Amino acid sequence: MATPYYVSPEQWMRDKAEFAKKGISRGRAIVALRAVEGVLLVAHNPGAALTKVSEVYDRIGFAGAGRYSEFESLRKAGVRHADVTGYSYSREDVSARGLADGYSQMLGNVFAHEMKPMEVDLVVAQVGDTPETDEIYRISFDGSISGEGDYAVVGGDADRVLNILVRQFTGVGDLAQSMKLCKEALEVGGNGTLSARDFEVGLLDRRKRGRTFTRLKVERVEALLAGG
Amino acid sequence: MNPHPFAPGSGASFYDYLVAERPDLLPSATPMKAGAEPLTVPHGTTVLAMVFAAGVVVAGDRMASDGQSVSSRRMDKVIQTDAHSALAISGAVGPCLEMAKLFTTELEYYEKIEGRRLSLLGKANKLGQMVRGNLAMAMQGLAVIPLFAGFDTLRGVGRVFKYDVAGGKTEELDFVTAGSGGGHARGALKRQFRPGMGRDQAVEMALLALLDAADDDLATAGPDPVRGIYPTVMVIDAEGVTQVAEDAVRGHAARVLGGKE
Repeated sequence: MATPYYVSPEQWMRDKAEFAKKGISRGRAIVALRAVEGVLLVAHNPGAALTKVSEVYDRIGFAGAGRYSEFESLRKAGVRHADVTGYSYSREDVSARGLADGYSQMLGNVFAHEMKPMEVDLVVAQVGDTPETDEIYRISFDGSISGEGDYAVVGGDADRVLNILVRQFTGVGDLAQSMKLCKEALEVGGNGTLSARDFEVGLLDRRKRGRTFTRLKVERVEALLAGG
Repeated sequence: MNPHPFAPGSGASFYDYLVAERPDLLPSATPMKAGAEPLTVPHGTTVLAMVFAAGVVVAGDRMASDGQSVSSRRMDKVIQTDAHSALAISGAVGPCLEMAKLFTTELEYYEKIEGRRLSLLGKANKLGQMVRGNLAMAMQGLAVIPLFAGFDTLRGVGRVFKYDVAGGKTEELDFVTAGSGGGHARGALKRQFRPGMGRDQAVEMALLALLDAADDDLATAGPDPVRGIYPTVMVIDAEGVTQVAEDAVRGHAARVLGGKE
């Protein structure tokens, strides 16, 4: 007969959290940053065939760090939620807040009830008419959710990258300044020297109407890093 | 999250998702009693789409009618569905608009899930399935008969498609028309259409065809200078979809009317 064993709930949760953190720390960091032109989502993702940064709805973008298959299925669920809401009510009724809440519930449930927690950290961002009205939410593997201010970081080395941002961020800058700041934060935060090709960049462009999400091409990123 | 990645409704189609998981949200969700009298609801009337040298022109009159009455004078029956395509609707107004909204969501959903756009033929085929899905409603008098037109970015040409009530899709090389005035518009286009027309020429020919339809079909409205209501005209080319501004349509319409007198 197998020996019954006991693990305290505290230990069990700690182990799960450690496991999830370990998985997430293997990936690279992603930065979301308020800029004059919109909300910038910058991932260190050379090649970028498997995207980490993407469109959810008109003014809402998504970034996922950690295990690709897991944040990809969360991304799809988010797009589905947004499109069903927009289709059954109206396009104005889709909000980042509702989406972030949904993710928080989902991740929280999985963390509490499933054997294996999800090894993902997410950012949900919504661009407003002015930088002050931009919303950036960070949702962790255990479902904890926080509304961030001017920037948020998820993924491996998130703390180090965040440290650089805390020290270097002096106010909402234009696209070129913001891109350079993201580059520096990701470089110093543990990725070594990076060039335009190493980034996957999405912009929720506040100057656009309707669907605001744009992927910035390598040439555009190069130009921004070269000075604007 | 769907635990089975290839289960019905878990792919890149919003329509298939609704069919599998949320049939209550489908336009054709309301079952009706068998043998009930066909409903009379507002109907849209004349729409057309036409190929020209650089792409396609899609146009429609603005009137919705309910039997002998005017239901709306300002309806837009030409609806942009994505960056390179548009839908023109004829049939029962409510279900038509609902289907246009569903189809627009379908294209956007696919693009977001897959990270690329559907091919023009893929879009046209999907629309056919959706029209067929509405067949039961059509039997009750709530038909949706769209035209679909767009710029095929793979081949670099404009293409136009028409549908029958059962979702049967037909592609034409020159033009397609639909609605109660569609026959009259077709007559006008048959005589005048030339392959390889310029943009302005195509826009004016579309207006002329709508004018002919309005002349002979009670339920189609011509340009209305008194109220300032003019047909909806969209041009789709390699650059994308452009709605021809009302001022420009007024100018074109004046030239067409001048030529007619």
